[in-house]
Amino acid sequence: MKIAVCVKSVPDTEAKISILADQLTFDHAGIKFITSPFDEYAIEAALQLKERYGGEITAFSLGGEEVVEVLRNTLARGVDNGVHIKDPEFAGADPLTAAKILAAAIDGGDFQLILCGQQGVGGDNSQVPAMLAELLDLPQATLVVALEIEADKFKAHCEIEGAHQIVQGTLPAVISTGKGLNEPRYPSIKGVMAARRKEIVIKDAAALGLSGQLTASQRKVKLIALNAPPARPSGKMIAGDPATQAHQLARLLREEAKVI
Amino acid sequence: MTENILVWVEQRNGQIRKAAGEVLFEARRLCTGSGGKLVAFLAGGNVAQLAATLARYRTDKILVADDPSLESYSTERYTEALVCAVKKENPRYVMAAHTAMSQDLIPRAAARTDSACVTDITELREENDVLRAVHPMYSGKVLGVFELTSPLSFLTLRPNVFPPDLPDEIHESEMEQLAFNPAPVRAQVVATVASTGVKVELSEAPIIVSGGRGIKGPEHWPMLQELCDVLGAALGASRAVVDAGWIDHQHQVGQSGKTVSPKLYIAVGISGAVQHLAGMSSSKVIVAINNNPDALIFQSATYGIVGDCLEIVPKLTSACRTLLSES
Repeated sequence: MKIAVCVKSVPDTEAKISILADQLTFDHAGIKFITSPFDEYAIEAALQLKERYGGEITAFSLGGEEVVEVLRNTLARGVDNGVHIKDPEFAGADPLTAAKILAAAIDGGDFQLILCGQQGVGGDNSQVPAMLAELLDLPQATLVVALEIEADKFKAHCEIEGAHQIVQGTLPAVISTGKGLNEPRYPSIKGVMAARRKEIVIKDAAALGLSGQLTASQRKVKLIALNAPPARPSGKMIAGDPATQAHQLARLLREEAKVI
Repeated sequence: MTENILVWVEQRNGQIRKAAGEVLFEARRLCTGSGGKLVAFLAGGNVAQLAATLARYRTDKILVADDPSLESYSTERYTEALVCAVKKENPRYVMAAHTAMSQDLIPRAAARTDSACVTDITELREENDVLRAVHPMYSGKVLGVFELTSPLSFLTLRPNVFPPDLPDEIHESEMEQLAFNPAPVRAQVVATVASTGVKVELSEAPIIVSGGRGIKGPEHWPMLQELCDVLGAALGASRAVVDAGWIDHQHQVGQSGKTVSPKLYIAVGISGAVQHLAGMSSSKVIVAINNNPDALIFQSATYGIVGDCLEIVPKLTSACRTLLSES
């Protein structure tokens, strides 16, 4: 079974994001980049399927130098191949552009399954998996928290508000993974050593046949500004013994905030 | 320029989702400003009667795809129906609530029509005749402002952020059946299983009471649930307690859980890690109860109580019960 996994390198969730003077980018200095947490479930799902059915896993990642460490880490967990898609033309890609780039890289690779995290943490768009499925003309399942693969069929539990939808479909398919699907493993020492010897293939716009097609000026969504959110007004601390505090709070919620 | 808006109205079990109503109200406001037409689009099996109730959102037109093949959800079939509706109505914007199902459907439809798509929007504003969408990024540490440059754009709005309006019960609206040919699909929903242990669902809940490490152990969930019951609130949790196995992750609020914007968020024994704040900092009123006066959560709190939550919560529950019974 050939499996493709899309991984995204994102700023550590604890990182402080300092918007630069252009108001469009943030300062990368001192920021640690990590695998987007939802992609960890995609990687783990691929590894478990490989252990069960054999096959080959290829990880695809779009971005600049911050991607290399994430791809190495992915390889160290047991993924076979890494493809780093990088080109200055692709910088600042919106989700549809990113999906087009990934589709160009994945198409023709004869993959039975394409796994992506449900959203890239940071951008928080949750768009690429469904767009990728459309561009590759494949069925999909979104926010999957349980997955069974049997021959050329899949059965996925998709999390929706207050329920699970059970989706059945045929492979090849695109699956977006959510928290709860599995417990991602850490790379082993052996894996880390092996990953050092694996080659990361670099593909640019020309290699993907996309030269000049997906540049910033051709995109449908334009980022106009990154703004800091308005500061919340400073709050009120409620003092007193527990009974007074509880009573005061209930009264404030009702009379001042009018929310209960 | 008249800018027509088509809203994909999400329904489940014959009920219009509350968040879909919020989108209809927001779309109405935008249409009233631009002179555009508001078209509500409802797809499903046996939904004609439900569709007729959409007139109360002051729609100009209700478009229904009522077909047995749409009874259970399929991405491909719903995409086909939505794109068919879009081609027929030719709107400037397609809007929907930001929900699990819209995450599945809307980007696919946007890709099929090669259109702009911005999801999880918390603000829409017109500047120089251009619509700009605000989408929180990096755990809400940054607000991205986006401009949509394609003739057709897909937008999903965060639930509980856009204010509902008063429905107009006597408004009449044109209604039309969408001619739609169901093609075979490769994947579809075969069953829907309600989650156990969820009394009020998080993302649309007006009030949320969340517990963290400070509640000391899973044996204290009933204490929080009692407060939830009194307030009609949903029960939330921090990542720390989900990872510790105290509660199922469907309760998790935060970066790797759900993003919520209730009118009232009560954080009990939650320190306020960035990743938790990411999921709830757009709540209107935030209450923090924590025994550590230096806990980060107090910086976001509208009201703060330093103290032992195990002692305070039961007293808060009874104080709320008394107050609410007086009205």
